[in-house]
Amino acid sequence: MRAQATDPMSLASTSSASQSVQQNSLWWDAFRRFKRNKVGVISLFTILVYVLIAIGSATGLLYPHASQGEQYLPMSWQHPFGTDIFGRDILGRAVHGTSTAISIGLLASSLSLIIGVVLGALAGYFGKKVDAAVVWLYTVVDSVPYILLIPALTFVLGRGLINVFIAVGLTSWVTTARLVRGEFMKHKDRDYVLAAHAIGAGDGRKIFGHILPNVAHLAFVQFGLGFVAAIKIEVILSYLGLGVDPSQPSWGLMIDDAKNELARPFFGNLAAATLFMFGLILAFNLFNDALREALDPKMKNK
Amino acid sequence: MIGYAIRRILYMIPILFGVTLLTFTLFNVFGGDPARRYAGKHATEEQVQVIRAELGLDRSLPAQYVYFVKQIATFDYGRSWASKQLISTMITDGIGATLSLTAPAFAASTIFCIFLALFSVYGRGTIFDRGIVVTCLGLMSISSLVYILALQYLLAFRGGLFPISGWDPSWAGRWEYLTLPWIIMFVLSLGPNILIFRTVIMDEAFQDYARTARAKGLAEKHIYAKHILKNAMIPIITVVVIEMPVLISGSVLIENFFGIPGLGGTMIKALNDSDFPVIKAFTVMSAVVYMLFNLLSDLLYSAVDPRVKLG
Repeated sequence: MRAQATDPMSLASTSSASQSVQQNSLWWDAFRRFKRNKVGVISLFTILVYVLIAIGSATGLLYPHASQGEQYLPMSWQHPFGTDIFGRDILGRAVHGTSTAISIGLLASSLSLIIGVVLGALAGYFGKKVDAAVVWLYTVVDSVPYILLIPALTFVLGRGLINVFIAVGLTSWVTTARLVRGEFMKHKDRDYVLAAHAIGAGDGRKIFGHILPNVAHLAFVQFGLGFVAAIKIEVILSYLGLGVDPSQPSWGLMIDDAKNELARPFFGNLAAATLFMFGLILAFNLFNDALREALDPKMKNK
Repeated sequence: MIGYAIRRILYMIPILFGVTLLTFTLFNVFGGDPARRYAGKHATEEQVQVIRAELGLDRSLPAQYVYFVKQIATFDYGRSWASKQLISTMITDGIGATLSLTAPAFAASTIFCIFLALFSVYGRGTIFDRGIVVTCLGLMSISSLVYILALQYLLAFRGGLFPISGWDPSWAGRWEYLTLPWIIMFVLSLGPNILIFRTVIMDEAFQDYARTARAKGLAEKHIYAKHILKNAMIPIITVVVIEMPVLISGSVLIENFFGIPGLGGTMIKALNDSDFPVIKAFTVMSAVVYMLFNLLSDLLYSAVDPRVKLG
């Protein structure tokens, strides 16, 4: 592994300058390391399959709403997970739940990423009063346990898909902000930033054009973690009656339905939602792990 | 260090100000009219007016905020809207139940996970280590609600090993109802705990002192048991102390599910009842506990590691 890692260095000395720059870049290195990680590649592939399922179900190509039949049918070829209390096919519900889960994960963690990166960057870059204000803000948000804050927010906003991701997004940016702030403090006086300053780059260009690309790897990992957390929170919100609208398909609602069905005994909802969730979240967890390893400069020589 | 601690405690004031402002804004400004929520859908305008006066909601917003801050400063949280109980009594009543659920599970899980993580780092790169990491990620890929549902169904409903839910106020009779919740809490904490301890111990395993110990020919087992574990305890202590507020806020879902009359369950009930005074009091209390444990973690860190100077 060591030989492979030093390979681009030897190449750099013999080939043209432009090529060497490309091959030594953090992203290129990370990509090469990631590609070697079989688990990472498989999990990325799994995530893409889920995304396709989500797009398929959202556009109505996969499982267009099936007619309602008898309730609580057992497993069969026609209904692999049976039917629910309203006679809907549970597999279809789980497939449609995929798009709900992915949109919650995507939008909530995008929102938290934007807030976290912008606030962290401003605090780390400008320091002084801006820093004090941002640190104050994230300490306040962090002091309130999320299990109180998120239900409180959805409670105030009302239930519904959009409110779930606003609530999760508004509350989960603290770690990102803290990490980005720390990196910006480290980077703002480095030579490349001074060089940018010397050629007349303004604050905005230095922050977003120069420093941000160098700390963006942190944001990627945080995005993945946020994605997983948002999907898990949706389940808890559904249980508390604060999740998405009950008419919408969601894994959280299916698991919540299951609590009244286990005594029958009927396991369709629980099994389908848990399996679907397990696949997506495990893939994301493994992908995150591989991504973190690939992006960690310390791993270069290991 | 004392100066540092005092400064940190003083910094809690602006943070608490922020927390009160946040909760107040959420519930009193954006939350709609609390009196109308409280009166229910079918209340007449006069009824709403009466309730509004009764709850002190007819005053201006700044006046209400000042009253709220005064309540917090004097530890007089007032009464619950739903049960008319004193909130301070609700807190002291609930804390025992919550601690009897969380403390044993927390302690058992912490000790178990530290040792498993140590073994995992010891055999890093082996099937055993990979297996532990993947198992942890797998455990963390299932919703906590599923664990509660499945274990309650299998062990209590089908297996009959434990009561399905319930509570005994006496300490002696309590454990029977608590065993299953303990098991669930323990299982829930396995994944995140092992992974975090593994990362922390892994960092230590490659330090210079570990290499020196290897170079002078010490047995690997000895290095792990004596050198690495001891040094890793420093970051482990900080991690554990920061997690400790969970002991108080409890496991909201588990308490709610098993009918344990602790703080977490009370909180959910308050959310369902729109019981704003309870929610606000609990939020502020959790924030204070969180900040205190954060401070404690920093102070402990410098106490056990003479290299760390707080200034």
